[in-house]
Formats: sequence, C-alpha cells, structure tokens
Amino acid sequence: MTVAVEDLALETRLLDEDGEPVGTLPELADAWLRELLVHMLRVRCVDQRMLKLQRAGRIGFVGSMLGQEASMVGTAAALGERDWLWSGLREGGAALMRGLPLSEYVAQMYCNSNDTAKGRQMCNHLQHKGSHYPSWSSVIGTQIPHGVGAAYAAKVRGLDEVHGIYFGDGATSSNGFHSGLNFAAVWKVPAVFVCVDNGWAISVPSSEQTATTDYASKAEAYGLPGFRVDGNDVLACHAAMSTLVERARAGKGPALLVVETYRMMGHSSSDDPTKYRDDAEVAAWERKDPLRRYARFLEKRGLAASDELETLETRLNTEIDEVIHAQEAARPMALKSLVEDVYSAVPQHLRRQYNDFIRIAERYGDAQPGDGAFPL
Amino acid sequence: MPTLTLLQAINDGLKTSMREDDSVLLFGEDVGKKGGVFLVSEGIQAEFGKERCFDSPLSEDGIIGTAIGMAMNGLRPIAEIQFQDFIFPAFDQIVSEAAKLRYRSGGQYTAPMVIRTPYGGGIRGGLYHSQSGEAYFCHTPGLKVVVPSTPHDAKGLLIASIQDPDPVLFLEPKALYRAVKGEVPEGSYTVDLTSLRVVREGEGVTVFCYGAMVPVCEAAAKEAEKNGIDCHIVDLRTLYPLDEEGVIEAAKRTGRVVVVHEAPRFCGYGGEISAMIAESAIEYMEAPIRRVTGFDTPFPNTLEHHYLPDKRRVLDAVEFVHNY
Ligand SMILES: Cc1ncc(C[n+]2csc(CCOP(=O)(O)OP(=O)(O)O)c2C)c(N)n1
Ligand SMILES: [Mg+2]
Repeated sequence: MTVAVEDLALETRLLDEDGEPVGTLPELADAWLRELLVHMLRVRCVDQRMLKLQRAGRIGFVGSMLGQEASMVGTAAALGERDWLWSGLREGGAALMRGLPLSEYVAQMYCNSNDTAKGRQMCNHLQHKGSHYPSWSSVIGTQIPHGVGAAYAAKVRGLDEVHGIYFGDGATSSNGFHSGLNFAAVWKVPAVFVCVDNGWAISVPSSEQTATTDYASKAEAYGLPGFRVDGNDVLACHAAMSTLVERARAGKGPALLVVETYRMMGHSSSDDPTKYRDDAEVAAWERKDPLRRYARFLEKRGLAASDELETLETRLNTEIDEVIHAQEAARPMALKSLVEDVYSAVPQHLRRQYNDFIRIAERYGDAQPGDGAFPL
Repeated sequence: MPTLTLLQAINDGLKTSMREDDSVLLFGEDVGKKGGVFLVSEGIQAEFGKERCFDSPLSEDGIIGTAIGMAMNGLRPIAEIQFQDFIFPAFDQIVSEAAKLRYRSGGQYTAPMVIRTPYGGGIRGGLYHSQSGEAYFCHTPGLKVVVPSTPHDAKGLLIASIQDPDPVLFLEPKALYRAVKGEVPEGSYTVDLTSLRVVREGEGVTVFCYGAMVPVCEAAAKEAEKNGIDCHIVDLRTLYPLDEEGVIEAAKRTGRVVVVHEAPRFCGYGGEISAMIAESAIEYMEAPIRRVTGFDTPFPNTLEHHYLPDKRRVLDAVEFVHNY
C-alpha cells in the first residue's frame, strides 16, 4: 500500500515476511545493505547480553529492544551526522549505530565510574553528545517538546539540522506529545516525529491507550502529515524516514512517522508479560522477526550466506564480551560526584553537606583517597 | 491476626474499602490485569471487575483531572500514580484544582479522593524512580498528606483516607513494601489522620521520622542504646495537617531533637518541624535541633546508599544532640 500526501508517496512495506521485495526498492549500495544487517544484529546481541547480565545481577535494569531492531536502525539510518536523535527507553541501538561507543553503552548499563552520566541515571538511560543523542529523563513524553524547541533553534540559527524525535505509543497520551506536535506544526520546524508503536505501554495495549486504530491519524488534527510503515521492515522504515527527513530539511515542515512493531520481551527486566498478554500474539510476531526477514532478503540477493547471522553473531558477541569484561573492572565512583553537577560550581551549602557526610563515611572506612572534604 | 507485608496490607485495605463501598474505584497506569508495577493491586480487577479497577491512558494529568470529576459526581476514586516521580504532570490538577475546590466553591463542591503513589529511594531507580516529594504537597492547603510505615497503619490509614471527605495524597514507602511485616486486623478499621505514633518510648533524644526512615531510626536507636542513649521515636505518619501538639509534647519530653527524612534538606519537611519547636518549645531545648536528610541534590543512582540517611548518620546526629 502507498500513502500519498502532497507530493509524497511512502511505501508502507518493501519486503514481505520472507524477505521478498514487494514494492519498488530504492537504489541502495550492496555494502550499505550488508552494513544494515550488522547494525541490527549488533543491537540484538547487545540486548541479549544485557538481559543476561541483568539476570546474573550485574546490572539493575534493561528495557529490551528485542523485535524492534529494524524500526530503530532503519529510521535512524536516515538521519545525517549533524541531525539529532531524541530518544526514549528503547532507542539505544540507534545510538550505537550513530556513534555511541559500545564501551560507553555498557558503562551506562553498569552505571559505573566510566559512565558519562556519572552513574546518576538508572540503567538504560543512554546519552551521547558526540552524535547528538541527548540525555533523557524517564518521564514519558518530555523529550518531545524539547526536540521541537531544538529544531526551532536550528531553524532560526540557520543550522542544517533535522531533529528525529522518538517516543512510544504510550507517549502519545502525554502532554508532551500534544504540545510538541502542535508547536512543531505552527512553527514549521525541521523535525520528524517517530512513534514506535510496539503494541504495548507496559501492560496497556494500544486498544486501551487510544480509541483510534491509527496513531498516524493524530497528526492530521495538528496540521502535519502522518504515515504508518511496517516497523519490522528495515528498508521501508529507512525509505519513509529518508523522505520525511529530507522534506523537513527542505523547509517543508514536520511529519509524524508511526513504525509498527512489537515488544517481544516484557516492558523491562522487572516485568512479567504473561500476566497480561497472549502467547499467541507473541508467537505471531515472532514469525515476523525483522532480522530473519532482512537476512533472507540479503541471502536471496546473494549478499549474505545462509549462516550469515550465526557467523556474525559469534564475532559481535566476542566484541561485546571484551567490553563487558573491561567495564567489570571499573574503579569505584568518586563520592564527590554526589554533589557535583547540580550547579556549574559546587555551592557552599553542598560543600558543607558533603563534608558532614564524609566525616562519618571516613570514620567507618568508607572513603577512598580523593573523597576527602571540600575546602570551605 | 494475619501477618502481612506493607504491600499486602495496602492490597487488603483497597479490597476492604471496595467491598464496603460500591462507589470506591481504583484506576491508573497498569493497575488492572498486571496489578500495578509493584503488584499492590494484584487480584483487584479479578474481584471487582473492569468497571471498578482499570488501566488508564498514559497521562497523569488525565488521571488526576478525571478523578476530580468522578469525586465531584458521587464516586470515591483512588487514583494511582505509578511512581511519585511521575506526579508532576498532574501537579496543576492536584495543587490548583483538587486542593482548592472546596475553598473556592465555599464548600459547595468537594473532591473526596485518594492519590496513591510509591515514593522514596532504595530500589536503584535513579532520579526518576526514587524521589520524596512530600514537601511540595505539604505546602498545599486543602490537601492531606499521609505516609504509613507499618502494615497495620498502612491499612488503617488507607481506609481512613478513602473515607475522608477531602483529597488525600497517600505516599507509600516502596522500600518497605516487602521489607516490613506485621499483624494486621481483618476487616475494616481506621487509623485516624490526626495523630502521630510513638514508635519507641525514651527519655534521651526525640527522633521525628516517617515512612521508610522509621526502621532506619529504630536501628539507630538500638545502636544508641548500647552507648546509653535512650531514643524516643515518633512516626509522624500524617504529615499534613500535622498533630502539632503531639510534636511539641514529644520535643519537650527530652529537650533534644533530631528530624530525619530522605528528601532534600532545604525547605524540606524537617525545617517545618524545627521551626515549630523553635516557636513553641525553645525554652525546653537542651541542644540545637539536628536534621538528617538527603542531600540538596537530585536523587543519584549508583551512590543512592550514600544519599539516603542511614543508621550511621542518624546515630551521629543523635550522639551530637545527646552530648551537646
Ligand atoms: C510520565 C510517566 N508516567 C509513567 C511512567 C512509567 N512508565 C515507564 S515506561 C511506560 C510505558 C511507555 O510506553 P510506550 O510509550 O509505548 O513506550 P515503550 O515502553 O513501549 O517503548 C510507563 C507507563 C513514566 N516513565 N513517565
Ligand atoms: Mg509501547
């Protein structure tokens, strides 16, 4: 099916569930097509490793990306180097592809002293300034107007930037979603909203989140175009996002892209999804696995061997395990980080609070060299 | 009497109220089939059906706003906010609407409702799954603010909150959900919302606390006892409106006061307790009042065990005021 708005025609699907092309495939280089598979598989391998670490009690919390690899890799691959990606819980894979070093990713999951956020956020709250992937709060939907404001800044400053603003189906009920889309459309900012509809917001299905059957239709009321694509079809995600990103870059305004996919695991490592959803639903989506589908496509094109996934997986897991090993050896967190970064400088009252605390910590042998009192 | 955890006692209190009064209903994110992210409402949808226990769309502002309307029109809603950290999208509905409705309408309209929400640290939840925001709400006339620390109180205070004619914010110390157990009477009973609870009688130092800090202070008191200091521990349990006479009496009893909470210090709840004592009982004080609190910073993750007041920090303050 093709949806048309103004001069735009977006394919909702380019590959069928067996990796057979169904629409007109854009011209894409073979090397790039292969690279896409590696990115998707890396996301899956990292995710599986993190879940394992969580079960082993090494890290606290994981919001699994299993099943959503195509939606994040496909769309994010359409963003350029200068573009920004505003994320929620499940976009870590996109960050990896766009430049977040794996070591920083794993350090954040450990919330250790190598974590660029200094262990302040709970696990799975990634950031990477170098690739324009800002720190996000757990508060659902708040990043949406931030992305709009940043896109407005890009517009008035004449910067060649498009802002990809990601959020889940549940976030469409948040205040941030409604203000964000409204402001973006009124100000005609260079942004693309990516709603990752994975069917669930923890235990709340889309059918109870909204009375419409089409999240994309929410765009219309705000005066911007909305589209839906098969989120397990990496090429369709990429093609649609590319069109909308270039449209925004050309000054034609924002759009909403809904990528329809499925959260294969529980909401997080603390959630038991069997309490609220049917195994049959999960099994049906299992058959639509985005990685297998894409690997089949490459295989038929002669771009991948039939055991490509297994071979790559072994290589990727070795890489990941080395990084994990290194992070296990991180030094303890500096205690002074307790009071740093609240303001640009540590104010006097926080120095006093820290000094009072460290006096007691030292008495019990809890302090390391360097943790000592601040001069007042 | 059955022995229940704090979590089970709240679940029991919810069910008891819902059995007693058909107009009571419970809603919020994930409270239905899942039974809430901490499983506080487990089995409630199964017993009372989807009409009386249901999931809402992901909007706290929507949850509290609609709860106010329900309360204005004959229902007794219990609105759950999944984590207290996510209450702020609803701050306007709570502060400007629920809390002011009775006053602004000259008593013609009211919002008898309960907002239940888990608060506090101790689960490695970082900035947004750990906060103690009681001070924001205790600064809001028209609202009642309740924090239980034992299973017995949790059930009795919850039932009292549901029956109360005014809006009540019911803060559940999530660190204690499964960590404390105690005897809980079967059936309906209330613990009134106007009195504090003396946890431990003593003559040396008065320690004021609430919620998850109560067991921390009890542990510190045990240590202090070894050093010959006899602590008088008070669980404030209804923070607003507060049992002010009870506070003054407990302060006068020893003339030495420590106040403990996990929220930041500046403009925190401990400041109010200290000021109250300074105004009404300064002549009884034998030592400066000491506060043991979280740092004046956002809530950390990896170092949360240092952020949270612990036995050692409470003991240090107790010894200071004792030896002064
Ligand atoms: C304002 C707010 N309310 C509640 C929560 C608790 N919560 C965390 S994730 C989530 C569901 C999010 O669903 P969705 O937007 O579909 O994203 P997904 O988890 O499916 O990727 C909820 C309710 C929160 N983080 N923020
Ligand atoms: Mg979702």
